[in-house]
Amino acid sequence: MFDIDKWQEIFATIQKNKLRTFLTAFSVAWGIFMMIVLLGFGEGLTNGVKYQFRDDAVNSIWISSGTMSLPYKGLLPGRRVQFTNEDFDWISRTSGTENVSARNWVGGDFVVSYKGEYGKFDIRAVNPDYQFIENINMVEGHFMNAYDQQQRRKTAVIGRKVEEALFKGKNPIGEIININNINFQVVGIFEDIGGEGENEIIYIPLSTAQIAFNSVNKINQLMFTVGDATVEESKVLADKMQAEMARRHQFDPSDERAVFVRNNYEHFNRFLKITQAITSFVWVIGLMTIIAGVVGVSNIMMIVVKERTREFGIRKALGATPMSIVGLILQESIFITSAAGYTGLVLGVLLLDVVGKAVAANAPDFTYFLNPRVDLSVALSAVLILVVAGAVAGLAPSLRAANIRPIEALRDE
Amino acid sequence: MPEMLVLKDIRKSYTMGDTRLQVLKGIDLTIEEGELVSIMGSSGSGKSTLLNIIGILDQYDSGEYRLDNTLIKNLSETKAAIYRNKLLGFVFQSFNLISFKSALENVALPLYYQKVSRRKRNQLAMEYLEKVGLGDRADHLPSELSGGQKQRVAIARALIAQPKIILADEPTGALDSKTSYEVMDLLKEVNNSGMTVIIVTHEHDIAEMTNRIIHLRDGLIERDVRPDRFISA
Repeated sequence: MFDIDKWQEIFATIQKNKLRTFLTAFSVAWGIFMMIVLLGFGEGLTNGVKYQFRDDAVNSIWISSGTMSLPYKGLLPGRRVQFTNEDFDWISRTSGTENVSARNWVGGDFVVSYKGEYGKFDIRAVNPDYQFIENINMVEGHFMNAYDQQQRRKTAVIGRKVEEALFKGKNPIGEIININNINFQVVGIFEDIGGEGENEIIYIPLSTAQIAFNSVNKINQLMFTVGDATVEESKVLADKMQAEMARRHQFDPSDERAVFVRNNYEHFNRFLKITQAITSFVWVIGLMTIIAGVVGVSNIMMIVVKERTREFGIRKALGATPMSIVGLILQESIFITSAAGYTGLVLGVLLLDVVGKAVAANAPDFTYFLNPRVDLSVALSAVLILVVAGAVAGLAPSLRAANIRPIEALRDE
Repeated sequence: MPEMLVLKDIRKSYTMGDTRLQVLKGIDLTIEEGELVSIMGSSGSGKSTLLNIIGILDQYDSGEYRLDNTLIKNLSETKAAIYRNKLLGFVFQSFNLISFKSALENVALPLYYQKVSRRKRNQLAMEYLEKVGLGDRADHLPSELSGGQKQRVAIARALIAQPKIILADEPTGALDSKTSYEVMDLLKEVNNSGMTVIIVTHEHDIAEMTNRIIHLRDGLIERDVRPDRFISA
């Protein structure tokens, strides 16, 4: 394959036929370039959608209480639904639920202090599983555990911002902070990718909060993940929650304002389906572009062979075998298409990089389009397909050219 | 002198639409090594077809053709290409140089197909270009050369592989008479070095310069003449 003379023949031909070479190379490079750019944009959109759901576990269902809007069994509307620990226990027992937690907002104007530093932070009382429902990343220490919950221990998990505000660089693990005159021991620091506000939070065990801040067995909100359940199963589970809450709290099951069940999984899936549709659409366009490129290459190959019939006739008269003619055409075609395909690939990737960085730099809030990238193996296989297609497209005319009798080729004035 | 080329009852016909055209109707011809032969005939006499068969550029229907004691019959394209490369050198009326290759590269091309190294074949090509008096035109493209110069490049190309026979198809057909004579002088010089040269022509003055004139007519050899003055010379 590596025959330096053959390469010199090819480079000489390329050099002497610049326009033809350019046209072939352009149609290939353009096809690959468009395909890379389209796929990259599709990927950027998908990343953007995923980013919108980055805060909470995508397979979570959230139940919030509201006010009854319909009369039920002689009871008047306007009553508020109040969840209790029993609701939590029931959800925990229900099959299909994975991580289950309740959540209470504690106080409002509680001052949090540590050795002369003061601050006001959002204080949330939750269960240990909450870590997995909210996508909380522990930076140091650990989240509260079942033992903390069971023993109603006064442990606190603080956000990054809280640490910065109160501890000024000191290691907070094991230190005692004061929340509304009650001492809590810091056991962990977390970081939540959900945004700045999500990091100005202190989590304490729900059982501790119910005693310490006098909320007895009341619960504001319930949430759980559905594990490996399908979207359909998660919908069934969400409907079941609605019905059961209606039964437990005595309201009309069709009352949409008494309890709000938000199925993240269903939402996520809907968006995912949209991006999947976009991705497949982009693939179709990309493949069409590639096909256009292949057609372009085959066209040019046919013209090239026609144009060079006389030259091949001369070569054959001088002793070129048919195989050497086919080899010459194919090697030239493969060389041009791969070089051009690679160029298109590099340019496409470069453009995606520039666009991605420009979006990130100029519009950091525009999160619906993130990291437009393309899978390198996909890009390389696209180039390979084009190269092979170009070779196959060139094969038929080159075989015909190689088998034409030199006398006919030379007569072709 | 040994026999270089032996044709026995060569027949060839072409199909044109519905009619079958018998172009060669039984050619018997022997050419010895070192001969300078011209083939003459009006158009349609079959002289080009005969040359193509001799040049292994075309196949014949029946008969037998031996070239340097090798039977040339029903060869594959690959085999034919190898024989053409080793045994034959072509000179065409329309020169048939490759337009994007320089004079030197054109001359060197037959050696490329013999896998001669680039340095060696360029060196040889330069020698042959100098032999035909075009050493200073080595880097010129065919389009930058005059008709006579192009034909001399073509002759150098035909010679470089040191073939057994030079086949020239109307080598002077596209040249004025002065240049024609120069080209003929060159071909005679080649012949004097011992190489067999066969020239197809329809010009009497060109044919008169060869040692043997074969007249074709309607696909048969009409006359095979060896002018006396050459024999006595």
